[in-house]
Amino acid sequence: MAVGQSHIRKDVRAKVTGKTRYTDDFSMPGMLQAKYVRSEIAHGLVKSIDTSAALAMPGVEAVFTYEDVPKIHFPTAGHPFSLDPDHQDVADRLLLTDHVRYHGDEVAIVVARDLLSAEKAAKAVKVEYEELPVCVTSEAALAKDAPAIHEGGNIIKSTTFEIGGTISDAEKEADTVVEGTYSTPIILHCHLENHTAYAYMDDNDHLVIVSSTQIPHICRRIVGQALDMPWPKIRVIKPYIGGGFGNKQDVVLEPMVAFLTRKLGGIPVKIEMSREECLVATRTRHSQTVTVRAGVTITGTIKFLDLNVVSNTGAYASHGHSIPMAAGSKSCNLYPKSVTRFSATTHYGNIPAAGAMRAYGSPQLFFGIECALEQAARKIGMDSVEFRIKNSARPGDIVPKTGTNEHSVGMVECLEKGRELIDWDRKKEEFASQEGALRRGLGVASFSYGSGTYPACVEIAGCRLVLNQDGTVHMQIGATEIGQGSDTALAQMAAETLGIEYDAVHVVSEQDTDVSPFDPGAYASRQTYVAAPAVHRAAKKLKTKILEHCHLMTGDEVENLDLVDGKIIRRGQMENVVLELSKLALDSYYHKERGGQLTAEVSSKTCTNAPSYGCTFVDLEVDIEMCIVTIKQIINVHDAGKIIHPLSAEGQVHGGMAMGVGMALFEELLIDPESGWIYNGNLLDYKIPTCMDIPDLEGAFVETFDPTSPYGNKSLGEPPIISQGPAIRNAIWDATGVKIDEMPMTPKVLFKHFANAGLI
Amino acid sequence: MQTINIKLTINNKKYEMDVDIRKSLMDLLREMGFTSVKQGCGVGECGACTVLVDDVSVDSCLYLAVWANNKAIRTAEGECKDGRLSPVQEAYVEEGAVQCGFCTPGLIMATTSFLEKNKGKKLSREEVKKGHAGNLCRCTGYQTIINAAITAGKK
Amino acid sequence: MFPIEKYHYASSVDDAIQALAADEKSKIIAGGTDVLVRLHEGDTEYGCLVDINGLNKLKEIRIDDDGNIYIGSLATCTEIMEHEIIRKHLPMLVESLATIGGPQVRNTATMGGNICNGAVSADSGCAALVHEFDLVIEGREGERMESINGFHTGPGRTILNHSDLLKYFLVRPEQYEGFSGSYIKYAMRGAMDIATIGCGAMLRMDGQYIDTLKLAFAVAAPTPIRCPNAEKAAEKQIPTDETLEAIADAVEEDVKPRTSWRATKEFRLHIIRTLAKRVTKQAVENQGGAC
Repeated sequence: MAVGQSHIRKDVRAKVTGKTRYTDDFSMPGMLQAKYVRSEIAHGLVKSIDTSAALAMPGVEAVFTYEDVPKIHFPTAGHPFSLDPDHQDVADRLLLTDHVRYHGDEVAIVVARDLLSAEKAAKAVKVEYEELPVCVTSEAALAKDAPAIHEGGNIIKSTTFEIGGTISDAEKEADTVVEGTYSTPIILHCHLENHTAYAYMDDNDHLVIVSSTQIPHICRRIVGQALDMPWPKIRVIKPYIGGGFGNKQDVVLEPMVAFLTRKLGGIPVKIEMSREECLVATRTRHSQTVTVRAGVTITGTIKFLDLNVVSNTGAYASHGHSIPMAAGSKSCNLYPKSVTRFSATTHYGNIPAAGAMRAYGSPQLFFGIECALEQAARKIGMDSVEFRIKNSARPGDIVPKTGTNEHSVGMVECLEKGRELIDWDRKKEEFASQEGALRRGLGVASFSYGSGTYPACVEIAGCRLVLNQDGTVHMQIGATEIGQGSDTALAQMAAETLGIEYDAVHVVSEQDTDVSPFDPGAYASRQTYVAAPAVHRAAKKLKTKILEHCHLMTGDEVENLDLVDGKIIRRGQMENVVLELSKLALDSYYHKERGGQLTAEVSSKTCTNAPSYGCTFVDLEVDIEMCIVTIKQIINVHDAGKIIHPLSAEGQVHGGMAMGVGMALFEELLIDPESGWIYNGNLLDYKIPTCMDIPDLEGAFVETFDPTSPYGNKSLGEPPIISQGPAIRNAIWDATGVKIDEMPMTPKVLFKHFANAGLI
Repeated sequence: MQTINIKLTINNKKYEMDVDIRKSLMDLLREMGFTSVKQGCGVGECGACTVLVDDVSVDSCLYLAVWANNKAIRTAEGECKDGRLSPVQEAYVEEGAVQCGFCTPGLIMATTSFLEKNKGKKLSREEVKKGHAGNLCRCTGYQTIINAAITAGKK
Repeated sequence: MFPIEKYHYASSVDDAIQALAADEKSKIIAGGTDVLVRLHEGDTEYGCLVDINGLNKLKEIRIDDDGNIYIGSLATCTEIMEHEIIRKHLPMLVESLATIGGPQVRNTATMGGNICNGAVSADSGCAALVHEFDLVIEGREGERMESINGFHTGPGRTILNHSDLLKYFLVRPEQYEGFSGSYIKYAMRGAMDIATIGCGAMLRMDGQYIDTLKLAFAVAAPTPIRCPNAEKAAEKQIPTDETLEAIADAVEEDVKPRTSWRATKEFRLHIIRTLAKRVTKQAVENQGGAC
């Protein structure tokens, strides 16, 4: 059995020896380097731009400004194309702009023979601005007299849905109502590999882009839109990529490198972002304000959740309104018997553009939901875990998003398992009455998520299998490996269904839109779920072809044959080997009359969306005087269906937990509310946790088998990051009696709240 | 362009060359094909470019190439000898300490120097963490990396 | 690639000083962990470098028969921290240097650079102040000795002249014998960070009384500072909670924290008070006493 075992990752030996090649590890003769000229102000119009000094500098090949680029507004969000014009992404970008909308916006670009010359020349471009009022906060951007950041005003969209009944009816059944407003910071992805891309032309009308992207096929389409080129004239290649976390689920550099190489006659042109550029001039996680009203009965039944999100998407829409809406619909899976009303407003602001980031709005929304529900549980005097168990989804509950109930649900078991692992009941008692500067507290928070984007977007995946001469199989997939381990998981699936060894499956890790099967890419925790059916069907198809070829060779009837462990046997008789696969493979290629290269290719659409579940338990200590939180124990428990690769699954959980701890306790992009000036756009001042800051991380699973996937699996890439924030906040409350309704809960924030509470 | 002639060894192989004084050791190594040396920040904040200079770990992005004169440089490429992974590399594989892999070669070198320096000492998890505090990783939460360093220490 | 315009590899201390004197734009590069960062940012002020890495004599760490400890300005943080003499006599310095950056940074950064770049947040600044380092400097006029007290004149500024080269630090036995010390770096991360507040103490007990407390702070004023008021409040006191409170009260007179985007003045002051108490308490405990 290949599925369910921690096989050696496909890429790991190459990675530990440094042999995996990322975009920056390729170079081409004559490759030019480009550097953006970025605005020093957060909002304004370019009055004049002087490129003469830059052009005169040695090594400089060209300078392009907003005047030189096509006047085509294009979208950048990494969503599949939509046939419904109303569902298409907001097209609000130009390649370069004379209306700068955040500190760092792109007004010109310098192309030079080397990076240092490009950097120097970019500094020599003189730009004069007419400054416009700056809107950093939601309050400023939504004010009546706010300046329009884009034509048509600052609100991108405002929508509401209500499911499971009406709030007005549910209010009548609730004994008590709690309310709260919760705010979350701008978070940066901080993948270790910065954004980088280069492009060249290999024909007069054919363009090649090599890029560190999660979404090569989407990238191809958007470059086509931005440059008004037929999509098939563009080829996007994705080599190994050093993390993305959603920041590379957006088209950032590719249209520009494509534009530049076309302008310069097809010479290779590269843009490699500096770390500082990558932090502020790509995408961020939306800062949101979540207002929650929750109605519960005295016995602890949640009757309604009334949720309102204000989401600041920054200078450009990018994924825009999809972020709160996706989170809103996925959140309804958790407490499906409650009425939910969800409203969201997404608006522009003069801050870096926010886009997709791991768990896509859910960490923000669940910070609101799980903090408010903690308040409800405490108000009615019910244990926090019991309260959640009572209300959690159970098998058979209708999933509001898809209206079906044919899914696995292990939420209650997750809570029970977490409670046991952290020794909740004993510690609750132990921490009950404490005094002094050091205090311990316990917290819990749950979440629900989805597996993919259906029905909001098309879910399409592709797999091509080729039997090699030696009986091994090459697998090409449209799904992109970005570090999460999808190549390995999909290879396990192929091996399992084909009946060959895991080691006999070679995955072509690179995606090339001219060659790879179609798949929009890595996002929405979709890949193992959505690619599974394609892999499954392709493997079955190839297996049939193999057995049919065996029939041609031996005359045995196909229905009497099977492929097990790389050998063709008589069905049900392991010892009765008919043919070694390697022999069959050679025959299929080189026999002069029969057979041919045995391949199978499947493109499949997935029209289900399995909900996944889980929770975080945390035990922490607060040093009140020092305003420091120390996590003593933190556990995530997940229902992600069948676990395909336990070691990688745990790795996903650890990584998500650490990011969640970062968001809860350390990270925020700080921007001056008056000027829009970014204070901490570097890795020293933007505090992603080091190993000294992360406690031991414990991941546990409640394995279910989801009937909508051929291998029983559900999403796991994003879910691990969702529930640390509220769990930690609830534990700090438990320890100190102080409710902190904002993230990150840094020492200076704790100081403010502890001082207000009279603790210090 | 100002150059200086330097002699050095990289992964036990001798080299002599004229080096542009403006280059970092990271620039030099990458140009020579040692692309395991990754640039994550260019200012010593992430550790992705960690190499060993006379067995001492340094951020090669903050180290002038000319300083490598008469020094022995080690990179992740050189730790794998005759196709056999080093004990540290092996431990990273076994413990699942690799995801996107971009921080990996730098971390492999950080672990290697840390364990060589502390050979024979009994190390707490906290001490192991301190030895890896100069390398950022955004994928693993460090859990399996620290596990791998501990495992490698026992090999 | 760094935007270096001019580069001189110094062959001796005199050669370095001459090279500095020859070009007023020139700057010394030692470990490079500050200078190369500036260059990476494209700061043209650092375009002309005098590299002192070949001056091996400045790496030396030694102790003489009288117990005077000499620490070369080019010794890296790691070399200092791991040196037997330093571990034996100056554990508080070891503790302080251990909080700088991460291992790779400590492997190249020098204490000379940490002190001479004038950073308000220098983690070795408190140790230098409470050990009352003397700095032996070579300049155009020859060698001279300056005290660390008064060496820092403002953020990024020191009394060093353009052509001055710090050769070594001198720590006298009366500054460490009989003392115990402690350093707490209060930062937003457990590594790879600059101090929000740094606080170091050296303390000597006389029976149950505090004989001498030397207390210093980083990031509590425009330079690393000593705290005369707080030190006085500790003198001849039994280290009780009340004494610690008195030290915390007095320290408010010594510091001048300010509000920045990193932290508010009020928050810094609260942390300053807290650290003054904790670091003193730790130093007492390190001397075998108790608070």
